[in-house]
Formats: sequence, C-alpha cells, structure tokens
Amino acid sequence: MAVIDSDDFVKALQDMGFDFFTGVPDTILGGIIEVLSDRRLYTPSVREDEAVAMAAGAFLGGKIPVVLMQNSGLGNALNVLMSLHLIYRIPCLLIISWRGFEGKDAPEHLVMGQTMPQLMDTIRIPHRTLAAETLAEDLRWTAQTFMDQRIPVALFLKKGVVKAIQP
Amino acid sequence: MQSRAQAMQALFDILGDQSVIICNGFPSREAQKIKDRDGNFYMIGSMGVAASIGLGLALAQPDRQVVVFDGDGNVLMGMGTLATVGALRPKNLTHVVFDNEVYGTTGNQPSYSRVVRLDQVAKAAGYATVERVWEREDIMYEFKHMLANDGPHFLLIKVNEQIEDADRVALDPADMTKRFRAAVEQT
Repeated sequence: MAVIDSDDFVKALQDMGFDFFTGVPDTILGGIIEVLSDRRLYTPSVREDEAVAMAAGAFLGGKIPVVLMQNSGLGNALNVLMSLHLIYRIPCLLIISWRGFEGKDAPEHLVMGQTMPQLMDTIRIPHRTLAAETLAEDLRWTAQTFMDQRIPVALFLKKGVVKAIQP
Repeated sequence: MQSRAQAMQALFDILGDQSVIICNGFPSREAQKIKDRDGNFYMIGSMGVAASIGLGLALAQPDRQVVVFDGDGNVLMGMGTLATVGALRPKNLTHVVFDNEVYGTTGNQPSYSRVVRLDQVAKAAGYATVERVWEREDIMYEFKHMLANDGPHFLLIKVNEQIEDADRVALDPADMTKRFRAAVEQT
C-alpha cells in the first residue's frame, strides 16, 4: 500500500490555504504533528473541545484552521462542534485518526471505531477516508465542501496511510 | 458587591475597538443589552470554551487586543485552557471572569468557585497578571492597567447573583459570525 509522506501532506494542506493547526496527538498523527511542529505551525491543545474552539477563534480572526485528533477525542469535541461550529457556520478541517478500525485495536477504541462514520452522518459533518491513491481527489473534495458549506469537514486517517514516526 | 451587569458596564465604558468574546447564558444577553457592538461575539452554546475561542483569535491576530468575558462555571468546565493560555502566554489576551459563585442561568445552583480560588489557579498556570476585585473603582483601575500592558491577564470580578432582565441574543448565529469577522477585518 502506498504511504503518504507527512511532509508532502502538510505542504498540500498549506497549498490549499490552511494556516492554523492545533490538536491533541495520536500515534497515527505523530508524523504530521512532527512536521507541523518543526515548521512552527502547530499549537498544542489540552482537550479536543478546546482545540476546535481555538480553531473557531482563529477562523474569526481570518485563519483557515485544521484540528488533529484521535477519534476518542471526537466525543470530547461533539458539543462544541454542534452548538458552535455547525450553527454559527464556522468551518474547520478535522483530521481524525481512525482508531478501532475493523475492530483491530485496544478495547477502548472499539465502540468509537465502529460507529464514527454513522456518528458523523447523524450530526451532518461531511467526511471522507483519506487514501494515498485518492489523495488529490480527497483534498479537492475537502476544499470544495469547506467552501460550499462553511462547516467542519472531516478526513479520517487509518493507520499506515500517512507516514508516522513509529511504524 | 456589584452585579455582573454593573461590572460589565464599567468595562464597556473603558473598551474601544477591542474584540470581546462573551460566554453563553446571561452574560451574552446582558452584554447585548448594555453595549451591543460589532466587535462583540455572543456565544449561545458550547459552554466552557469562551477562553479557547479568545485564545484562537488572539493567536490569529497578535496585534489585536482580545478580551474574554467569562463566568466561574465556564472556567471550571474548561479549566485546562488556563494551562494552555499560561503556556502560550499571548500578550494580547485579557481574560475577565465574572464570578457569582453560582450557575445563574439555570437557577443559581452553587459552583465550586466559592471554595476554589480561580485566580490562584490562573496564577499557577502562568498568566502574567492576576487580580481579584470587587469594587467599581478597582475593576476600572485594573482593567485599564491590563489593556495598557502585556498579558495574558486574568481579572476575577466577584459579583452578586443578580441577573439583568435581558432578552435572548437576537442575531442569528451565522450572521453573528459574519458581523464579527467583518469587524475584525475593518479595525
């Protein structure tokens, strides 16, 4: 399976105009966060609801924000996404690592891993699963959806799709 | 002791073109009644993250002064953000907390701020200036001082439980976003 280089991925996001990056780490996101931190683009958050709210503040200040999180953190962020971003029409890109995909993970990840796409459908946040083979199309879709709907847009990231620090 | 509305009036008398993020519940409704301005962002939901929104704005616009009007229940809910502010130390952020020691919007259920000193938490987290005040003269003196100096600042104002008779936020949330963003672009 082809692997996306973290450096290329960050550059692609920057080329699309994304210029504010925050989040809470996950091993799957480690490579991306390392590149962002090296370039002094990343502001760490302590919780995912704080992260999406910081992204909202950055958007109010003219930035185009990205939030990185493990899918367990999606639970923490839900109320802010629903009662801030979705009703105030504040967009951001959510890059969410898909722990518990197909049940192959630690027990704490299994429920969220199994239900995340339906959960996002239920609260009407558009989402797509990133793959090296479809990267260009995935990013085109992201930009289009972000601009058209002005709400959060999610890219799910499975293990091994973007190069991590640890294999 | 002042009511929150009286304390808020004192702050608005000092404010110029600073951006103000106001937490959900009655604080936003009172602010709308006391001094509606394009640079006010009224939250109607997402309790606990007023300071996070203010922090994101302060980082995005480092030359703009950002003020957050927060409450004790809100700060307790998003207390981790005191650490994020203390670590990042944005010079242009002033975090005001109207502390009435209750969840006033939902019927005055007591909050832990009557036993936990939120100002001391902020100090330990690393805010540059931390003050706790009660009286109008002190509120105005400290707030002026904070706006004139590098932050992040934390102004804890002890207020009574009185709630102003104030309508719900009138603007549609999406229009609120547009109005606020336009104000940021213009000033």
